[in-house]
Amino acid sequence: MLIAKVVGSVVATRKDEKLEQQKLLVCQVHDHKGSPVEQYVVAVDSVGAGPGDVVLYATGSSARQTHLTEGKPCDAVIMAVVDSWDLGGENVYEKWA
Amino acid sequence: MYLARVIGRLVASQSYEGLARVPYQLIQPLDENGAPMGATLVACTAISSGPGDLVTYVDGREAALALEETFVPVDATILGFVEQATRLGEIIGREEAPA
Amino acid sequence: MFLADVIGTVVAPVQHPSLEGRTQLLLRPLSPTGEAAGKTRVAIDHVGAGVGDRVIVIDEGNSGRQLLGGAELPIKTIVVGIVDAIEHLGKVVYDHRAHPPLERRS
Repeated sequence: MLIAKVVGSVVATRKDEKLEQQKLLVCQVHDHKGSPVEQYVVAVDSVGAGPGDVVLYATGSSARQTHLTEGKPCDAVIMAVVDSWDLGGENVYEKWA
Repeated sequence: MYLARVIGRLVASQSYEGLARVPYQLIQPLDENGAPMGATLVACTAISSGPGDLVTYVDGREAALALEETFVPVDATILGFVEQATRLGEIIGREEAPA
Repeated sequence: MFLADVIGTVVAPVQHPSLEGRTQLLLRPLSPTGEAAGKTRVAIDHVGAGVGDRVIVIDEGNSGRQLLGGAELPIKTIVVGIVDAIEHLGKVVYDHRAHPPLERRS
């Protein structure tokens, strides 16, 4: 999984019918130090994430292992909202700080 | 499977059903010399491991199969704590975790 | 499937139960002509390969699970063959009988 920040959402009226009812969010990847990387992904939300949330997303066939995305054309799914992380004991990110 | 170093811990209380009790760790994949290989990532762990540990992890769909709940959207899971890895008879990856 | 050199071993005393009792090898993936190609991997040995052998590796879960006979194993990188010879564009580029030990190749 990679760490990313939700920076927006996507609305698409014309899309594969299997993608209907899916909440699509635009996420910018962040590295382990919390710095943004020039890499974006459109992911289906499975946990109720919103703009500004730092999240984890899974890719590939793993992304289809949710009740929302099973059998759907989806290759990235947000599966957790990050509260905090540390590197070797040193706090890097704290959601509530 | 790949070799990696555990470099940190991550907490996410709001996660997909079935992942509530699964610990997350930040890992740095390593090459045959024990040097960093590619970007860091977040993995679930099927064993007890912590920062500084040398581990093996599996990616892709198989990552979920190592967990108690196997129908979960997980694409990387730590499978083993490595005591010793050798390259042409030489021990690699012994040094401490990079910052 | 891809080609690789077995360059080392991995010993893990604490691991997922599905890996217990299985030899784990450190692999250097290769192009057909023997140049390093791709990320270093750890694989489960299924054919009795050892350090210095050039091998055939699968890195896909479904075939791996069929091989090891487990429906739900979290294993996907498996050594499935030891290479005797490789022919590339009509030329024999690897013959294990003629090849020097791995130490002198790297």
